[in-house]
Amino acid sequence: MDKQLDLLQGTLDMLILKAVSLGPLHGYGVLLRIQQISKDRLEIQQGSLYPALYRLEHQGWIASEWGESENKRKAKYYRLTAAGKRRLQTESEKWNRMADLIAGILDTKPEEV
Amino acid sequence: MTLWSRIRSWTRATLRRSRMESEMDAELQFHIEAYTEDLVRSRVAREEAMRCARIAFGGIESVKEQGREARGVNLVESLVQDLRYGASNMLRTPGFTAITVLTLALGIGATTAIFSVVNPILFESLPYPNAERIMMISEFGPDSSRSRVAFHTYRELAERSRSFETVAVTKIWQPTLVTAREPERFDGQFVSAGYFHALGITPFLGRDFELSDDRFHGPHVVILSDALWRRRFGGDAAIIGRQITLDDNSYTVIGVMPSTFENVLAPSAELWAPLQYDPGHIADSQTREWGNHLRMVGRLQSGASIDQARRELKAIADNPVPEFPRPPWASHEEGFMMDSLQDDVTRGVKPALLSVIGAVLLLLVIACVNVTNLLLARSVRRRGEFALRTALGAGRGRLIRQLLTESLLLAAMGGVAGMIFAQLGVRALAALSPAELPRIGAIAIDGAVFAFGLGVTTLIGLAVGLIPALRASCNEPQTALQESSQRTVGGHRRTRSALVVVEVALALVLLVSSGLLLRSLQHLFAIAPGFDSSHLLTMQVQTYGRRYDDDATCNRFFAQALEAVRNVPGVSAAAFTSQLPLSGETDIYGVQFENASNTQDVEPAFRYGVAPGYFETMGIPLRRGRLFNEQDALGLPTRPVLINESLAKRRYPDQDPLGQRIRFGGSPNRPWDIIVGVVGDVKQTSLAVSQSDAVYVTTAQWLWADGTQWLVVRTRGDSAALAPAVRQAIWSIDKDQPVVRVATMESMLAASAAQRRFALILFETFALVALLLAGAGIYGVLSGSVAERTREIGVRLALGASRESILTLVIRQGMMLTGVGVAIGLAAAAAASQTIAAMLFGVSPLDPVTYLGVIVLLAGVSVIACGVPAWRAMQVDPIIALRYE
Repeated sequence: MDKQLDLLQGTLDMLILKAVSLGPLHGYGVLLRIQQISKDRLEIQQGSLYPALYRLEHQGWIASEWGESENKRKAKYYRLTAAGKRRLQTESEKWNRMADLIAGILDTKPEEV
Repeated sequence: MTLWSRIRSWTRATLRRSRMESEMDAELQFHIEAYTEDLVRSRVAREEAMRCARIAFGGIESVKEQGREARGVNLVESLVQDLRYGASNMLRTPGFTAITVLTLALGIGATTAIFSVVNPILFESLPYPNAERIMMISEFGPDSSRSRVAFHTYRELAERSRSFETVAVTKIWQPTLVTAREPERFDGQFVSAGYFHALGITPFLGRDFELSDDRFHGPHVVILSDALWRRRFGGDAAIIGRQITLDDNSYTVIGVMPSTFENVLAPSAELWAPLQYDPGHIADSQTREWGNHLRMVGRLQSGASIDQARRELKAIADNPVPEFPRPPWASHEEGFMMDSLQDDVTRGVKPALLSVIGAVLLLLVIACVNVTNLLLARSVRRRGEFALRTALGAGRGRLIRQLLTESLLLAAMGGVAGMIFAQLGVRALAALSPAELPRIGAIAIDGAVFAFGLGVTTLIGLAVGLIPALRASCNEPQTALQESSQRTVGGHRRTRSALVVVEVALALVLLVSSGLLLRSLQHLFAIAPGFDSSHLLTMQVQTYGRRYDDDATCNRFFAQALEAVRNVPGVSAAAFTSQLPLSGETDIYGVQFENASNTQDVEPAFRYGVAPGYFETMGIPLRRGRLFNEQDALGLPTRPVLINESLAKRRYPDQDPLGQRIRFGGSPNRPWDIIVGVVGDVKQTSLAVSQSDAVYVTTAQWLWADGTQWLVVRTRGDSAALAPAVRQAIWSIDKDQPVVRVATMESMLAASAAQRRFALILFETFALVALLLAGAGIYGVLSGSVAERTREIGVRLALGASRESILTLVIRQGMMLTGVGVAIGLAAAAAASQTIAAMLFGVSPLDPVTYLGVIVLLAGVSVIACGVPAWRAMQVDPIIALRYE
């Protein structure tokens, strides 16, 4: 198996919300931050980031504005909205519950059944 | 808030499209450049870094497209684009578009038109409150037919039955209003007081009939229809209480029915008066109150079930009570018959209408199959196009939406054209419809059926049309583009061949059905009605007014009128009769036979009160004895009668009928009549109904004077042209007497077969369309196949195959499809023809002539359909063909 994991279906949105919750980022910055947090263990198709960003913006979870990048270039920055914050919270809780549940099931030993 | 942000994002994206596009470009460009910089920093050569960045990013166009989609921009944008693309696509293939739209329109239009006509008749409930509780009650007639009831029978049921809220009786009334110009006759009904209550409708002006109106020698009161009230009395609300003069009597208007009132029992009736029969003298069976001539309608109690009511009627029939003595013709030995009003109204037309529904559904299926076939053929041609678009970054959803738009565009065009067809169809059907079709006024375009037809065909269009998009987007576009496509095309061809087989089979079913109907009609018109129908003019002459209450005056009028008619130039013979064959009316009386084991037994027979000269005028042959002469017309006490041939054979198989005695009605006080002659059988009710017994008496010797009689006139030339002169001759005796229902006997003969003819015309139309569609289907598959096999044909030719063998090859392929279709269709037709058995006459549902004829016809059409592609295959130039592809 590769050292990198494919992203689970539907989790990209959550990761983006988490990434921008730590501070406004441009698209490339979102990619870098996710890779940084995940210590390069996640494989993200770079292009797929943008439809997801647009979708989240369309839904009102994140907002965008043009700003200046580190190397003085014009870039579009995304930040979390109040609605996005709530969304991230509920999504994280849901994810944790689900992860616990699945882990519990997978950890089950024969004598426990 | 999220909704708001969505709308804002959508409007911004949609309205400021170019800005969004440039921003997106800038953003994506920034990403790629930033990544390139990072790579360069980690010591990758710039060229190489740029290439890697592009690859890592993926397809820019595809990302942009997904981005637009995420913002919902494409909703409007791509719809317009799809529509424009779809329209130009259609214009590029005008033949395909026209045929698809036409097929859709034919299928949808025909189905909608037929259902629009049939729905109010067969399926919609009648326009009365709780219409399912309205019942018609009848006596058992000959051959389990339904026969009318007598007034005293109605009284007994009204008195003894508990299942009915109301029972009522009605009979036709044709009052005359004399105006300055001509006597005008109206259609109306005499009704017992509860008639409107039984239907559940009340007058909207004035009041309903009350029990006090409906008594012997009661007040002359009348209720008008809304149409008559508006037409003759200007819709004046002060009409209530006014006097109007009908039949020399002054009537008080007491009510006007609402305009929505639909009187299915007598659709043309415009006024109603109370029946006012005499409830006394019940023991005297020779009164009109004991004549079985009333229609009885009843409304069930809300708690009572139909079965319960039937059981109760049976119990009443089986247990006579002394207060209600019964004559032999109203003994109710077999009980009563009870049907819902709906069944009663539709009984006559149901078989024809159901078979027409079956036919039009077959047509719809054929249309669907044809559309499927057309779309499949197109989908094969478009696979390359879709593979290309997928390769250029079009998403699967985008392709599917494109096809949906195109299918919906086709469906919309088909729908509009179908609506036009339906409108024309409904109008044509109403014009063509036979007189016995009830509720013709309630027919209107049925939106639900239209939507159904449109929906079915559209769904098929969608499902079939999506195949290429799904295939193109499932497969790797590369393989689809490269593939020589032989395998999948072959699969499509098999499907299309199967569809053509289905089409041929269905067309055969329709062709056989209409062929059988055509043969039935031929048989029907080959039947001799028992008289000479050519050059025969008929009309009904009525007497009205107080002065004709006297029988002698009435008879004198008819005698003088007859004399005047006989003197009209061009008239070779003329006579009056109380009932006219094929007029749609029947006059049946009970007859007793002196030679019967029990002379009290009464058998029903058609009763004709005729003037001497009737048989000569009609051309009814004399078999034995003599006809009536002028002496008989004087009413001498000899009391001669004539009977028809079948009655003579049945009643007097080994005896001479001449001199035998019979008696009308059940009264022992009445003297016997003597049979002096036997005449040929005549078709009374319709050509298809086999002869029933008939007895002829002279008008003068009948129990009373017939106030309404039919005049039959044998003319030398065109009989219709003589009608005005004959009418004038009658009016020269009394200008106030109505002369109505003027028609030639030939037109009445045609009318008696109108229902079959109606069904036949529809079946023929559907069958023709089906034949055309099947032919088009065969042609389509074969030309597609020839086009695909051009290379193969070229190889064959190059290897020395003759052009004739190529021709045979293609025609054999086509005829194979036809052959399989015919084989399946024959089995289906044999089953389907059983369902129209009720409408067939003198021809078996498995009539070999029809089946053979249809097979020959289908084979001929398919040879023509094969011919063009086969000829094209023959013309293939092997050199060009081998270079092809």
